[in-house]
Amino acid sequence: MQKTSDVAQLAAITKRMRRTAIEMITEAGSGHPGGSLSAAEIVTTLFFDVLRHDPENPQWPDRDRFILSKGHCCPILYAVMAECGYCPKDQLMTLRKLGSIYQGHPDVRFLPALEASTGSLGLGLSLGLGMSLAAKMNGGKARSYVVLGDGEIQEGQIWEAAMAAAFLRVDNLVAIVDYNQIQLDGFVKDIMSLEPLAEKWRGFGWHVIEAYGHDIAALQSAFGEASSEKGRPTCIIAHTIKGKGVSFMENNPKFHGSAPTREECAKALQELA
Amino acid sequence: MPAKTKYELPLGAATREAFGKALVDLGRTNPDVVALDADLSKSTYTAGFAKEFPSRFIECGIAESNMIAIGAGLASAGKIPFAASFSVFALNKGFEQLRVTAAYPNVNLKVVGTHSGISIGEDGPSQMSVEDLSLACSLPGFTVLSPADETSMIELVKLSAAHVGPVFIRAGRPKAARIYQAGRQFKIGQAIELLEGSDVTLIATGLLVAESIRAAEALEAEGISARVIDFHTIKPLDREAIARAARETGAIVVAEEHLADGGLGVRIAQVVAETHPAPMEFVGIQNTYAESATPEQLLDKYGLLARDVAAAARRVVKRKR
Repeated sequence: MQKTSDVAQLAAITKRMRRTAIEMITEAGSGHPGGSLSAAEIVTTLFFDVLRHDPENPQWPDRDRFILSKGHCCPILYAVMAECGYCPKDQLMTLRKLGSIYQGHPDVRFLPALEASTGSLGLGLSLGLGMSLAAKMNGGKARSYVVLGDGEIQEGQIWEAAMAAAFLRVDNLVAIVDYNQIQLDGFVKDIMSLEPLAEKWRGFGWHVIEAYGHDIAALQSAFGEASSEKGRPTCIIAHTIKGKGVSFMENNPKFHGSAPTREECAKALQELA
Repeated sequence: MPAKTKYELPLGAATREAFGKALVDLGRTNPDVVALDADLSKSTYTAGFAKEFPSRFIECGIAESNMIAIGAGLASAGKIPFAASFSVFALNKGFEQLRVTAAYPNVNLKVVGTHSGISIGEDGPSQMSVEDLSLACSLPGFTVLSPADETSMIELVKLSAAHVGPVFIRAGRPKAARIYQAGRQFKIGQAIELLEGSDVTLIATGLLVAESIRAAEALEAEGISARVIDFHTIKPLDREAIARAARETGAIVVAEEHLADGGLGVRIAQVVAETHPAPMEFVGIQNTYAESATPEQLLDKYGLLARDVAAAARRVVKRKR
């Protein structure tokens, strides 16, 4: 794979990844487009610029770890991993079908290049914390990046992990909250508000950075700042738009968990041309 | 085969204490072994490991769910983590984590649940794990161990570290009768016949192994020849030992310090039904939670003594055709 820090190149890759994710979900007939689109810049920027990883050597012990704790948004992750060369592009359209390596939620049994099987919300930050602790014990450079859904952090275990990571001074752990404001039943502020969110993470002892999650340069800067932060973990609150990039999906709770029709897909692909 | 007078059953260390000792030994020989605890290290005996290997010990605070998933993360990154708590907390508070972060991706996590059963005594039912074997056995890919004494715990902890895959080890609070000589060899999944017998087989695990030996001695005086088998491995089951016992003795009693629903007994019954159907009786806790009292009082009240195993054996022998 060709890594790049060039914002225009990363933006072009991100747009392709959005298209692929939409096509995959349409072909599957079910899935979660809204949160896949809101996390597109985050996942692309990590895999193509930030992560120390090597698709030729997926088991490299000192690699950085990426965990999609909001596992339902795996179409964007599969698209990006395939683009990196971890897994075949020509099977992406088998998402959610019998025997597919691209399971409905990330499953290491089918796709060993994944760092974790996720899907049940609230578990990923603890896993990333364990991986970061192992890296510290090994004296290695590996860092763990965990993408959390905003609705997901209503789960209590997130805050158990947040408390532990700060107490244990795990500075090679980065949580990215995809703050797209929408969860399955509606708007986060109406279901179970997270505010004041930055103050919560700061109160738990984390270094907090807020960024617009569709601004690649801002994300690069946030990841850079996180890397130089010593003695405490970093939470990047990425303010995002659910369904970003497709006008009729943006801020529309309907597209949290339903696939577009073929007509909607065609329209979406036109918008993402 | 040994004569039935072989077992003197002197009190040895508690299995939880033996676990702590074995963990320190493992730490000395294997730098990948790490330990986690949730504010119970003095009770689970991980404190010894923590003292000797502070950089490989993670105190998680009172947050068992987090502990199990951190352990899974460590295992995914190549460590051999032993996460310990009271069994009731590790299994019940950590069950979702055991399922999604350990069993499903088949990671190399070892979970040790101490204070199992009702023999913890005065603390009462909120601390008593009477469904842990059932829960652990329901997890695909898990190996489930329930050592009866100090020696078997030490050896099975060693074997657990060498086994690749998730393991649950059940340990108890009280001192346990010594059944095995130090250094005795064990194999995961291979039950051990402690006494030979031809009229009935007493299958037991944990504290009930010693009670079953005592029961066999009492039965012998009445002319009933009872085989006693220690099932230190609950999953995978030693199907061969079960089928042989059913075929050769024609009657089986299963005794465990666990709910009779969903424990070792029903697992054994499944194999008996599949291989050589025979009458069975079950000694366990009957569809209830216990209460506060001394361990001795509780084992007496809830029917988990040699007397209860022997009574079940007499019943099952009468049911033989």
